[in-house]
Amino acid sequence: MSPVWWVPQDASAVSVGADEVAAALAAAGAEVRRNGSRGMLWAEPLVEVETDAGRVGFAEVTPADVVDIVAAGAGHQKCIGVVDEHPWLAGQQRVSFARVGVIEPTSLSSYADHGGWDGLRKALSMAREQVVEEVVASGLRGRGGAGFPAGIKMRTVVGTEADQKFVCCNFDEGDSGTFADRMIVEGDPFTLIEGMTIAGYAVGATEGYVYVRSEYPHAVATLRRAIDLAYTQGFLGADVLGSGVRFDLHVRVGAGAYICGEESSMLDSLEGKRGEVRAKPPIPAVSGLFGQPTLVNNVLTLCALPAIVAGGGASYAELGRGRSLGTQVFQLAGNVARGGIVELPFGVTLRELVEDWGGGTRSGRPVRAVQVGGPLGAYVPPQQFDTPLDYEEFAGIGAMVGHGGIVVFDDTVDMARMARFAFEFCRAESCGKCTPCRIGSARGVDVMDEVLAGRDIDANLILLDDLCETMTKGSLCAMGGLTPMPVRSALRHWPEDFADPAEQHQGAR
Amino acid sequence: MVREPPTADLGARVDIVRAIAAARLEDRGPLMPILHDVMAEFGYIDRADVIAIAEVLNLSVADVHGVVSFYKDFRTAPVPSHIVALCRGEACQAVGAETLYAAARDAAAAGDYGPDTEVEHVFCFGNCALGPSGTVDGRLVGRLDPDRLSALTQDWLP
Repeated sequence: MSPVWWVPQDASAVSVGADEVAAALAAAGAEVRRNGSRGMLWAEPLVEVETDAGRVGFAEVTPADVVDIVAAGAGHQKCIGVVDEHPWLAGQQRVSFARVGVIEPTSLSSYADHGGWDGLRKALSMAREQVVEEVVASGLRGRGGAGFPAGIKMRTVVGTEADQKFVCCNFDEGDSGTFADRMIVEGDPFTLIEGMTIAGYAVGATEGYVYVRSEYPHAVATLRRAIDLAYTQGFLGADVLGSGVRFDLHVRVGAGAYICGEESSMLDSLEGKRGEVRAKPPIPAVSGLFGQPTLVNNVLTLCALPAIVAGGGASYAELGRGRSLGTQVFQLAGNVARGGIVELPFGVTLRELVEDWGGGTRSGRPVRAVQVGGPLGAYVPPQQFDTPLDYEEFAGIGAMVGHGGIVVFDDTVDMARMARFAFEFCRAESCGKCTPCRIGSARGVDVMDEVLAGRDIDANLILLDDLCETMTKGSLCAMGGLTPMPVRSALRHWPEDFADPAEQHQGAR
Repeated sequence: MVREPPTADLGARVDIVRAIAAARLEDRGPLMPILHDVMAEFGYIDRADVIAIAEVLNLSVADVHGVVSFYKDFRTAPVPSHIVALCRGEACQAVGAETLYAAARDAAAAGDYGPDTEVEHVFCFGNCALGPSGTVDGRLVGRLDPDRLSALTQDWLP
């Protein structure tokens, strides 16, 4: 019998030729199945073949390699051995990403064979309050960036009386350097469906919405297909698994607005309005979608629920450290030699991630800066790389873990230009509702242009500090409130880039 | 400004838009899906579409216009023949996205990507480990450079 070959259908793998490789394999007579990506994005397209020893991988395969690889097998020079035993993967602790890259994303039998629906079945056998308390016990904090305790949020929704409650999944993963939400949905979409159904049962919501950004068409297609399949087998609908519990799930697509990743903007967008931030209180758990109590969580938070319920909150809480429990799905991006998904318990240091897993820069030059937590996160210099990834530890150095995105820059980066870009991004993406963000971002670009031109630098840096203070304290949400974080970190750690622009900003470096 | 009266074609189009909107009347908060449907059908949202949708949903024209103008994806003029969208997020900037974007804008202006191609920028496609990233007529491409972009747009040359 001829062996089965696996080629990822993940958007990243496809962006570097996975579809062409799959077609070449099929043309060579191979039986091809499509998986998600293992997260070793540096090796994509990563092709695997089933053998008695396990699935053997081949890295950076091109269509021209295919005939030779099929003939030579493990003897081929692009062979990286059994993929599960590769140190880059074997050294990780995959909980949320356990199935991603292993299974066929929209195969119900493949999902069930790998522990799928165990969490939902167990949840439906428990009282709702018990499910909530398991989540509280797990210590799970919101993975979207803010890190709010997930179980406490559930308790608030449960405790608010209403005829209709909702669960909304924030899949508006707009931060540069983050792609874990996309990859888990493209590689293991039933996990999100299961997690949302558990959440719906726990808080008494019968309807769920997934708000996906429009830049993720592959994920939208995979998720819609998975939802259709889940309905056919009774995992969604009026009578989930014969329990009498109703849960309906809808997909809604954004339209190119970063701010809709802010939860209240997302709710307004779901209601068919401009994605403008709402003033809080009331919080969405009390008055959210259409004014009803709404549990809003990030994709990874909801995807953690099946494992937490199936294995128990206490066992999840054994991972991690301090008040940052469980695993975090780190995403290595930018100028990095081995970028991709690294899932580990909290507490790993930035140095381990950037140097050991990441292998330093792709360009081979020294690392100068790493931005952690997206465009609103701080730039961290190498002298702080021994800081453990932990919400409180990072807050302690004026940075944030955020959604776990880690963007590496080499020594050609101009930090004054990155500071200018932070304002430019905010100017483009501000919803415009509050003055500090709407006007502050535009004035920030102006001030940085003056600094970059070398005019009145000292006076302009005083102005910059004042502006940052106003935005931090006066903005309605994290967009305006945190834009100063990358700006101030750049100025704090790389003052030389702001000081001598005539030399520094003409590509001298 | 005096608006031209709708042409016969526009009249037929408005009927289609009304049907699109009416089909989603039972949905909760149907405006965004309706606008996406109109984009899928016609490539852009016309002023006449806005008025028709407002009538069907019993909203003010200002409400619908406000939503259309808030979101970057909702175009209000016919689309060019081809679109190259390049990421300018931090992760892609770390591997040269700004240089690539400037070069692509210059190339498009010089007609190197054919006579009717727009180069636009996007903040992040979620392909941040394999940058610089972009889409070429909607198809995601990683590890981009100017040569690869030229090769991918060759067919658009007259």
